[in-house]
Amino acid sequence: MEAGAQARRGAGDGLPAWALGAIPLALIAIAIGGFALLGGPGLGERTGPPVEEVAVERTVLHPGEIELTLRNDGPDPVRVAQVAVNDAYAPFVAGDGTEIARLGSTTLEISYPWIEGEAYEIFVLTSTGGTVATSIPVAAETPEADAGFYGLMALLGIYVGVIPVSLGMLWLPFLGRLGRRWMSTLIAFTVGLLAFLAIDAGLEGLEIAAAAPAAFGGTGLVFVGALVAYLVLAGIDAHLSRRRQASGGSVSSGGAYLALLVAVGIGLHNLGEGLAIGTAYATGALALGAFLVVGFAIHNTTEGLAIVAPLRGGADGVPERPPLSRLVGLGLIAGAPAILGAWIGASAFNPSLAALLFGVGVGAIARVIVQLAPAMRDEEGRLLYPATVAGMLGGIAVLYLTGLLVSV
Amino acid sequence: MKASPKTNGISRRRLLGGAAAAAAPAAIGLSGLLSGRGSGPESALAADSTATNGHAGHGEFPHATFAPGATVDHRANGFDPTEVLRDFDYGKTRRLPGGRVLREWTIVAHDKEIEVAPGVKYEAWTYNGRVPGPTLRAREGELLRIRFVNASEHPHTMHFHGIHRAPMDGMPGIGEMNGGGQIEPGEDFTYEFDASPFGLHLYHCHVAPLASHIARGLYGAFIIDPAQGRPEADEMVMVMNGFDTNFDLANEVYAVNTVGFHYINEPIQVQRGGRVRIYLVNVLEYDPLNSFHIHGNFFQFYPTGTSLQPSEFTDTIIQGQGQRGILELEFPFDGDYMFHAHVSEFAELGWTGFFRVGDPTKLTAAAAAAAYCELPWGKGEGKA
Repeated sequence: MEAGAQARRGAGDGLPAWALGAIPLALIAIAIGGFALLGGPGLGERTGPPVEEVAVERTVLHPGEIELTLRNDGPDPVRVAQVAVNDAYAPFVAGDGTEIARLGSTTLEISYPWIEGEAYEIFVLTSTGGTVATSIPVAAETPEADAGFYGLMALLGIYVGVIPVSLGMLWLPFLGRLGRRWMSTLIAFTVGLLAFLAIDAGLEGLEIAAAAPAAFGGTGLVFVGALVAYLVLAGIDAHLSRRRQASGGSVSSGGAYLALLVAVGIGLHNLGEGLAIGTAYATGALALGAFLVVGFAIHNTTEGLAIVAPLRGGADGVPERPPLSRLVGLGLIAGAPAILGAWIGASAFNPSLAALLFGVGVGAIARVIVQLAPAMRDEEGRLLYPATVAGMLGGIAVLYLTGLLVSV
Repeated sequence: MKASPKTNGISRRRLLGGAAAAAAPAAIGLSGLLSGRGSGPESALAADSTATNGHAGHGEFPHATFAPGATVDHRANGFDPTEVLRDFDYGKTRRLPGGRVLREWTIVAHDKEIEVAPGVKYEAWTYNGRVPGPTLRAREGELLRIRFVNASEHPHTMHFHGIHRAPMDGMPGIGEMNGGGQIEPGEDFTYEFDASPFGLHLYHCHVAPLASHIARGLYGAFIIDPAQGRPEADEMVMVMNGFDTNFDLANEVYAVNTVGFHYINEPIQVQRGGRVRIYLVNVLEYDPLNSFHIHGNFFQFYPTGTSLQPSEFTDTIIQGQGQRGILELEFPFDGDYMFHAHVSEFAELGWTGFFRVGDPTKLTAAAAAAAYCELPWGKGEGKA
């Protein structure tokens, strides 16, 4: 103890704390700078040919033209030399030059008379003879991102997000008539729904991340997004609890608060769902029709039920009678992100961003499940007993079955 | 996409394009290999094909091509496909006691990076620094001596197609006791055999893995002229090859004489009515077949060049790897005539070129339109 105190005194005597923090930083900067200037002394040349890793981030089709956005994912710069579409070299112009620096990107505008409905295999030939391949499963013109297009995407978002969720919330009066013992089962039903959504979003995110540049994290982005969302929501939750405690409110979460959390979690999930719909629409892989909208309506109606369930039975068990404005707010929080997702998905799709957003959805839902779980406990403090297990299985089953209607 | 030299010429060119399609079969059927019959329909056809080469009036994608602007640096490559075409290496000759001609070459294998398409580099293995290797040309009955020096980092051989003794076969495992067989880096060996039989042959490396040693560029044409020679002609060598630039056992670039689309950028200039003789060799690796097709013309085909009588009068032939043959033709009309593999995939991945007959600068749109008006079905329309 004594010796430690002396050592501390000896090392930092007379220097302000910020200097003690800054000196190592400066030394690190000098060391790195010197190392880079000297070209990594002692390490010698690389032992193999340059590593070329390029991801195709976005494919846009205009009449007579295919536009590819390439991202250099590897450690070395890559130079694009030629492009072939369906085994035919085609003239192209590189928007940001043919040389792509590490993590840099460029857009190739390829002149090619593509035909709607046909499939295309494209390979980009680099200066070293390496190839970057991508495919267009079904060619369709990419919609122009004008006001009408954003309006259509907004309408789609309202159809598949806001309206079904709001409709589902109309079950609130019915829930009010249900007996006290149904409360735990209802919460369990919501937990089941959310668990299904989390798994669904996670898998979707991983699938998208697989095509995203590894340099930005790839599949790791899904997990990072989930962790960040979980921690941020936990932090907000802790902060709000303390404030509520200070103002003399209940320590445990009230029904309204839980409903808000569920709405946020579902909203983030619907952001991902909108993203998937928007992307599918932009690539022509989505047939906009009554069947799709009806399918989503049934699917997402259950999400509305999940939001209002905590209102019926918060942790205190007292049924709440929330004002209509709050219900509308909850519906918008849960449903409106589908509009935003559709906009992003259709106009500025980026696989890395999408993977992160799906991860955020997973984390948010996980946090909401943790928040809801205590409300499922019975008098003996058990979480899993026949009523809650049945409720969770019911939630999973309902989303699975309605999900069959809307495979995008 | 070049701008049309005369903006009001576009509709006319389209008109002419239609006329050419209608007239071509009739013209070929009538004239065959005969030389031109004066002005008239020929000029109209020629003018149309020139317009095609100018890429006018055909949209933005007249045919597959590389990105505009960049070209292959032939100087850095050390060879130019336009020169490779008519470059015959006769070696050095001297008379042996008894009067027989001894013909000698020295061939050196090098590893060398070459540009096979604009901006695309390939680590090739070469004979004498070029791909295809030099076209070795001898006369039937001569004694041939080829000193092979391996300056590559890998073992190689020269395996000639021809009639010779086993130790001279350039085959690893055969002839090592005589210093032959597989030639290791830094070693050399002299192959010696008679020039027999006359015809068009080839040579290539035969070291395993064979596909990779051939695909890397170790091959060339080997011509043995018949003792009495062949009739005078504008002679050229076309070695059909390809490059697997990403080493996935499939070619990314196809060509004749290595550089994809080279003869699109630099059409092969030939004389109208003059005899053209093409020595065509297929060495393409990884694809079972290759082919040659010419537009607006037919040729006499001599398989392997081992007979002086043609086997077929055609416009398309198919060759497997190692197959070769001699094509003889005359161009009766001026203009640009495409030639390409009639395996469309190869054609669009680089194996396409043009013959240019006559002087295209003299073929103006106005002259073409005037010629079109002389056609029986062109009355009146050309004035529109």
